[in-house]
Order: sequence, then structure tokens, then C-alpha cells
Amino acid sequence: MLRVDIEKQLGEFSLSASFASEGRVIGLFGASGAGKTSLVNMIAGLLRPDRGTIVIDGETVDDSAAGIHVPTWRRRIGYVFQDARLFPHLNVAQNLDYGRRMNGLAPDPAQHKRVIELLDIGALQGRRPGKLSGGERQRVALGRALLSRPRLLLLDEPLGALDEARKLEILPYLVRLRDEANVPMVYVSHDVAELRQLATQIVMLKQGRVTSFGGVKVLT
Amino acid sequence: MLDISPAEWTAILLSLRVAVIATLVATPFGIALAWLLARRDFWGKSVLDALVHLPLVLPPVVTGYLLLLTFGRRGLVGGFLADHLGIVFAFRWTGAALACGLMAFPLLVRPMRLSIEAIDRRLEQAAETLGATPFKVFFTVTLPLALPGVLAGMVLGFAKAIGEFGATITFVSNIPGETQTISSAIYSLIQTPDGDAAAGRLVIVSIVLALGALIAAEWFARRATARLHGN
Repeated sequence: MLRVDIEKQLGEFSLSASFASEGRVIGLFGASGAGKTSLVNMIAGLLRPDRGTIVIDGETVDDSAAGIHVPTWRRRIGYVFQDARLFPHLNVAQNLDYGRRMNGLAPDPAQHKRVIELLDIGALQGRRPGKLSGGERQRVALGRALLSRPRLLLLDEPLGALDEARKLEILPYLVRLRDEANVPMVYVSHDVAELRQLATQIVMLKQGRVTSFGGVKVLT
Repeated sequence: MLDISPAEWTAILLSLRVAVIATLVATPFGIALAWLLARRDFWGKSVLDALVHLPLVLPPVVTGYLLLLTFGRRGLVGGFLADHLGIVFAFRWTGAALACGLMAFPLLVRPMRLSIEAIDRRLEQAAETLGATPFKVFFTVTLPLALPGVLAGMVLGFAKAIGEFGATITFVSNIPGETQTISSAIYSLIQTPDGDAAAGRLVIVSIVLALGALIAAEWFARRATARLHGN
């Protein structure tokens, strides 16, 4: 599903990571500053590795030796940021529809309905992002990413900006997403409990290096 | 009320036409340049920036004279345009629009540039991850978010264009019905005996137009800001 073997120098910090996974949810675990976000940005194509390859679903999207760097907009990935990043000038329904429009995909009312029910965002459709709570915003961001029909979903600490109560409110949605949406995910977090609930495989990152890789039990 | 004569109406309508055309033609260039200055680093950027601001600090008569040298019938560009495309700027209302557009350009670009600089670039990244090409990102995210600044720049540019005098009169002279705008009409009238009343009427008209533009700018900016913040 996902194969990563890259090196990147970012100022003083050097990132070097290599792993391959067929897991449904790859948990990317590490303290802040371990290079998690940089790694995810490279998978998304927002950052270009100095050396190495990235393969998503059999397609090579980065290969420095062959000079391949597929731009972000052609990678067919979904990305949920810690800060949601909903478009403030569009309402919720327009935000949700954005990816489908940009990719020129035909409307799929069945999928649309399924995602909206899965995330419980039907009542928010007409509202502007400015009028949503943090938890609602994150659910809409999840829906927006899913409705662009990605082949891989990247979630960079999607609960990071929420308080404990909100986290507990969103977690069940993420579990349902894993079990029902049928999209493989890379889930970035520094929270062991979160990853235990969600991940099927763990990549542990420490100061820019992969220190362990395996099942959820490596989190002990 | 104001008893405006046909000759005065001609000057008013010409001013409006010159300023509207100057603003509309300058806007796409203004947006492109504002984006370039806000987002790109390239060799000669500070020179380009200075060049854009030049009409603001140069004596208008110098700008007008330079336009005459370049776009006049025997000018480098003007000669070519007249011979090959049949486009003439010198002593025509189109020349007045060119002079006004150029003089208004720095004022038009500045708010546009500031509003593009203020946009959260992470929103543009988010759009890219959703499959939007850079072209689509610009038209669906950058431009709508910069809209208050774009409108503010257009209104400022329009207000400057409608009041422009020095460069216009130097480049295209002061021909009633062709290049005589409100400003140059007032200038002629106050040099004519008994022209005071007519000059006074045109002064009132220009104050009304300027105030109207300011109120419109404020209204646009408020609406656009409210729209963006979801209220």
C-alpha cells in the first residue's frame, strides 16, 4: 500500500525513514520534532525528498534517481490537518464538495450520504466554518478529504488542537472511519492511547529516524 | 438644482468613461503583478516594485511627456501601433485612459498585494491536497480570499483615475469632447472670464463622485469581509 524510503535535510535536522506497510492504519508515532509532519508532507508531495522513493498503491510518486516528483494535486490523497483548514469563504456543503469538483468526478449521492451520516455532519451543511466548534470543524475536514475519493488518507494529529472532551467525541468517528470507509490511512500522533485504539501498524520515529516498526505492541 | 450644461455633461461622461475603462483594463494586470510581488522571488523584483511605484513619485508632467514620447504618433510603440494595428493614443480619449490607468496603477496594486500577502498559504496547500491545480487554487481560493483587497484597489484606482490631471493634459491635451475630462475642464474654466459658476458645478460633481467612490469602497469591503468570516 505504502512504501517510503527517503532522506531529507531540513536545516540542522536530518530525516531518514524507510518502511513499507500494507496495514489499514499506519500509526506514525513520535514526540514533537521527531519529523512526523515532514514525513507526511513528503507523502503528500508538499515537500520533496532529497533522495529516495515513495510508492502509493503501486504508483511511484517520488523517485529522486529517476527524477519523478508527482505534484500534490495529482497524488489522489486526502489530508486532514491538525488545524482543519476549511475554506472560510465557502460553507460546509461547498467545502465538502470541493475535492470532487477539483478532480472532475461525477457526483456520487450514495457515497456523499454515507460520509455525511458516518460523520454526523448533515445538520451543518449551510453553515460557515467560522460558526463551527473545533470538533465539528475537524469532522467536516475529515468529510472533505474522504469525499475527494482518495486512495490514501493522511491524518496529521487531527485531535491535537482539541481538548479531552472533544477528543473523546471525535475518536468513535475515526474508529468507524477505519472500519467502514475502506480507505487506508496514515495516522500521526504522539498519543499512545489514541494509536492503540486506531492503528493496525506502528512506525516509531525518533529524531528523524525510524526506531521500530511493527504491530501496536511496539508502543509499550 | 445644479444646472449642468451639455458641454459640462460631455466632460463628466468622458471622465467616467476614461476612469472606468482605465480601471477595468488595469485590474487584471494589477492582480497578476500583485500576486507576483506577493508570492514570487525573482531576479529584479525590487526593480519591478520600484517601477510600479514610479508614477506615484514622478512629477505627473514627466509621466505624461514620457507617454507622449513612447505612445505618440512618432513614438517607438505609438508609431508601431498606429502603422500596424491602427491604434492611436495621442490626443484621443484612449490616451487619456492610458495615462489615467498608469497613474492609478500603484494605488490599485497596493491593496491587492497586501490582501494576497495576508492569505494563509496553508489553505492553498489544503486545496492542492484536494486535487486543485495551481491555476484552480488561484481562482477558487486565493482570488476569492483576496477579494476585499481587489475591490479596494479598484475603487482607489478609479478615484485616482477620475481626478488625474497632469499626465493626461500633457499626453493628450485638453480637447473638448475628446480628451477634456472634469479636471481639465475645470482648469480651462477658471482661466476663462465668467467661468466660475461652471467650474463650481464641476467641482461639486467631482466631490460627489469622490465621496461616492469612498462610500462604495467601504460598503464592498464590509460585505466581502463579512462574507469571508462567515457572518
